[in-house]
Amino acid sequence: MSDILDILLTANFWAAALRIATPLIFGVLGALICERAGVLNLGIEGIFTAGAMAGWMAVWLGAGLWGGVLVAAIAGGFFGLIHAILTVPLGLSQHVSGIGVTLFATALSYFTYRTALPDVSSPPRIEAFPPLNIPGLSDLPFIGPALFQQTALTFLALALVAVTAFVLYRTPLGLAIRAVGDNPSAVESQGLSVYGLRIGTVVFGSAMMALGGAFLTMSAFDAFFFGMVNGRGWICIALTVFASWRPGKALIGALLFGAFDAFQVRLQTEIGSFIPGQIFLMMPYVLSIAALVLVARKADYPRALLVPYFRGQR
Amino acid sequence: MIRFEPREPASLPRLILIPVAAAVIALALAAIPMMSAGLSVFEAYGLMLTGAFGSPFAFTEMLTRAAPLILTGLAAALAFRAKLWNIGAEGQLYAGALAAVAVGSGWIDAPAVVLLPLVVFCGAMAGGLVMLGPTLLKTRLGVDEVVTTLLLNFIIILFVQMMLEGPMKDPMGMGWPQSEPMLDNAMLPKLMARMRIHGGLIIAFASAIGIYILLKKTVWGFEIRAVGENANAARHAGIPVTATFIRVGLLSGALAGLAGVGEVAGLKGYLTADISPGFGYSGIVVAMLAGLSPIGVVIAALFIASIFVGADSMSRATGVSNYLADLIVAMALICVLISGLFLRFKIRFTNNKTVEGAAK
Repeated sequence: MSDILDILLTANFWAAALRIATPLIFGVLGALICERAGVLNLGIEGIFTAGAMAGWMAVWLGAGLWGGVLVAAIAGGFFGLIHAILTVPLGLSQHVSGIGVTLFATALSYFTYRTALPDVSSPPRIEAFPPLNIPGLSDLPFIGPALFQQTALTFLALALVAVTAFVLYRTPLGLAIRAVGDNPSAVESQGLSVYGLRIGTVVFGSAMMALGGAFLTMSAFDAFFFGMVNGRGWICIALTVFASWRPGKALIGALLFGAFDAFQVRLQTEIGSFIPGQIFLMMPYVLSIAALVLVARKADYPRALLVPYFRGQR
Repeated sequence: MIRFEPREPASLPRLILIPVAAAVIALALAAIPMMSAGLSVFEAYGLMLTGAFGSPFAFTEMLTRAAPLILTGLAAALAFRAKLWNIGAEGQLYAGALAAVAVGSGWIDAPAVVLLPLVVFCGAMAGGLVMLGPTLLKTRLGVDEVVTTLLLNFIIILFVQMMLEGPMKDPMGMGWPQSEPMLDNAMLPKLMARMRIHGGLIIAFASAIGIYILLKKTVWGFEIRAVGENANAARHAGIPVTATFIRVGLLSGALAGLAGVGEVAGLKGYLTADISPGFGYSGIVVAMLAGLSPIGVVIAALFIASIFVGADSMSRATGVSNYLADLIVAMALICVLISGLFLRFKIRFTNNKTVEGAAK
């Protein structure tokens, strides 16, 4: 028992938890605002991959780290636009369109990577984001060292939580986005464009998802690997339901998830090889399903989620 | 300004023409990545065509690749008919393959007439049981089955890896994580000498006919279609909606499980953790190209299989990545989604002013 406490009480542990949580924060925020506007975005897994690949490749080609972040966001926005066009004005099945975007974005990323680098055996590396030292914050006891090990992208993710919450609950735009996911015809009767709001939100949300991918290749690692997203996108979709579509709860959910994952990795080294490693690797997926089951009964889905809207329809 | 007007049920030529057009457009779009990879486009298409149809061997390879795609395509088509979003065919395939190996690699020995049906049955059951979980979570607790089936794919593949590195590892496997080989009398028969084409294709064809009859000629099939059209209306009409979802879930998972059985008991003879190059996900594309029709699934699977086999062959000849195949398949899905609009709606390009004028 004291061993477990020892794990939980180190700054290193919380640093790892926050590091694991960062791509999930981007992903859940992106998924959350898409769904708040009434569009389920199952393109997320592919958009993560595209963001990871495009961001990394831009840096590798000399665009600079923030240039890479921008390229990743644009790539995410591009695939988000495809999903938005298919599901909003064309009103196609959001499930199938999302899977289509995931297959397309993943295949395009892999094909581009292989075409640009036909015969490398070990993936080329870039100079990734360094840990960011913010005077004052880093001096805080306990939290300081945990934050001190993070890169700029983690701080960007935390800032986006606040920005998303502010925009969603404190601005007319946020009100319109929430309304368009609950009652689109009411939004149209106010003279606002349902299509414009939904498309814009999905594009922006997808750009945020892509930053989660970019974090993987530009901060957590410094190279692109096939299969590196490994279901993180789907985990974000589960966490979105768990977070009841609220940015603050999304942050808590992602942190809980990161803490659990960091904990099981440490537990694995403590316990040793009595339990096969795969059991530990399964944990994130099992935990995501458990999180869904836990909130299923009281999940309050945006009322117009999955429902296409056609102009002039009552 | 575009307006969609619902149209009468589409005629058969239209039903066939539109997915074919989508497939052709996807193939044409493939010229863009081909050119960017520095390929001569016509040469590349030629290599793909001969790679899939150019010789008896190429043709049987294409059919061999089509067998699992027909089954995962049927799994998706059947589930989507009832609007049960089973995206977990990949995991169900692995569950079926694992069960087939568990039963057929020496645990019991029996003549082929007993053992082979048992292997097939256990594989199907394993796939069905894997899908039962998400289906029950959906019907009992309202948990979205898309996310649970997707997440289960990762869990099952890890489970297969665990078994292959642990209790089911082949001691004679030179340390590779692979299962013991299937017994000879647990193997599906080969269909042609010196070719890899196997009895899994017969299972696939038979399943397609079976699902066609189920959907068209039986009460269960009627109920499945009614639930897919409108679950609430079906419930009011006295159709057992929950039971229908469970039947569809079990059957859909079983079809994907059969795909796994074919891969180990027909093709490989043993199980590895990379036995499927995404057959489960490609099955979704097959089902959508087929317009969720069981007979259409067979044709769509042959098309997708020829792209995969053709692109593999083209890739070997030119050195261009065979991720091109995945790219074409993904584009085919998006094209067929869009073209589906031409089936359901008359698309009218109207002048904005007249619409507003009419409203006033």
